[in-house]
Amino acid sequence: MMEDVYQPRQMRPRVIPVLLLRDGQLYKTVRFRNPKYVGDPRVAVKIFNDKGCDELILLDISATPQHREPDYQLIEEIVSESFMPVAYGGGVSSAAQARRIFSLGVEKVVLNSSAVENPSLISEISSLAGASSTVVSIDVSRDWLRRSRVVTGCGQRKTNLEPVEWARSAAAHGAGEIVINSIDRDGAMEGYDLALIKEISQAVDVPVVAVGGAGQEGHLRQAVDAGAAAAAAGSLFVFQGPHRAVLITYPNEDKLSALFG
Amino acid sequence: MIVVVDYGMGNLGSIVNMLRRLSVPALLTGDPARIEAAERVIIPGVGAFDQGMKNIRERGLRPVLDKVALELRRPVLGICLGMQLLGRSSEEGSEPGLGWIEASCLRFQPKPRPDGYVDKVPHMGWNYLGAMRPHALVEGADAGTRFYFVHSYHAVCARSEDVVASSWFGGGPFTAILGRGNIAGVQFHPEKSHRYGMRLLKNFSAWQPSAQTADASA
Repeated sequence: MMEDVYQPRQMRPRVIPVLLLRDGQLYKTVRFRNPKYVGDPRVAVKIFNDKGCDELILLDISATPQHREPDYQLIEEIVSESFMPVAYGGGVSSAAQARRIFSLGVEKVVLNSSAVENPSLISEISSLAGASSTVVSIDVSRDWLRRSRVVTGCGQRKTNLEPVEWARSAAAHGAGEIVINSIDRDGAMEGYDLALIKEISQAVDVPVVAVGGAGQEGHLRQAVDAGAAAAAAGSLFVFQGPHRAVLITYPNEDKLSALFG
Repeated sequence: MIVVVDYGMGNLGSIVNMLRRLSVPALLTGDPARIEAAERVIIPGVGAFDQGMKNIRERGLRPVLDKVALELRRPVLGICLGMQLLGRSSEEGSEPGLGWIEASCLRFQPKPRPDGYVDKVPHMGWNYLGAMRPHALVEGADAGTRFYFVHSYHAVCARSEDVVASSWFGGGPFTAILGRGNIAGVQFHPEKSHRYGMRLLKNFSAWQPSAQTADASA
């Protein structure tokens, strides 16, 4: 092969750790319940940073249930040491709050419950910061008829919204990315809800980030094959072994290239 | 001292964070006097092309930016929207750009890849540099060098020698880094690109464009 021929390398799908914050500490849930203490978020983020991680999603799961604003100081402490894109979600209910979060160096703001209650918030933030900085996260649970439904309030409030309809509507309001999180699979480490990921990916033109269920690296590939632009996971990157010992890990570039190659 | 120009276009704190990590003195400001006094200038920015040019105009920054770039010939680096503004125009809007580089920005129109997949716009994620020409900014860059991109428009240079490095998206190459004389621009976000971005910003902080004869302005 001639050396001067430019061989394009295709972009590899993004692999994103999702970190759950609760009262300023890092936790990991199972089916959105039983939060297990993982450690100090600053330390964990520093490790992901050193490992050259693609991107991070930080979700404060105590903000909305406690009806409080984001913890700006904590976000700033985390982001100032993160030399990668960071998305933040949790308790963001106004464009002014989003603006403040962006000013701290956060790339993307993640809306969930507040967007369901007030979809125009999506357009407001999208026109403020651009669609690619405006992410809508959709928590989904299947009911007794196996129908998927949107759940808000960190798993507390069931709605009659269909995830596909809501994803389309969110994208139409200006969301540049949709995170689809399966509550039923959260923390189970048995694989993503691939049918749901496929449905959502086909329904919207914007990138879809799959969350909920990854327990091994092969699962990440499955999410992408189902149509996701990025595969995200919590437990996979913070636990090790059958007893869920805390260990922060992230695959290196060679491994990721091979996984998606 | 590097001045990061604050003209109200998004996420600027992270650039200062990275420069601070590199122990490079940096100041985020929209004050024309401080911009004029800077050794080197970064024009960052996220958002729409017209809004960017409008903000520069309304904040009275156009004269001082022209002065540092064209008259004082200080090293200037545009990042993301800041790079696109270095050109003459963009399909995204109707405002003329700064016009320091003969380039215009077009929206990506992805063609199918060899495997049949059609890339989705925006181009969002980590990508590699492909073809590269020697330039101080890419010193030390190797095949594994990758950067974080988020954009829907890309710069097309009228003079091919202004393209420093290209990357691959939407079934073809596009300009990832451009440069002419003391002016350069990167489409990606070095401040969000780990050690690769640190090396690029470190290179910028030491760049002496006058020592480069290969790309002196005609």
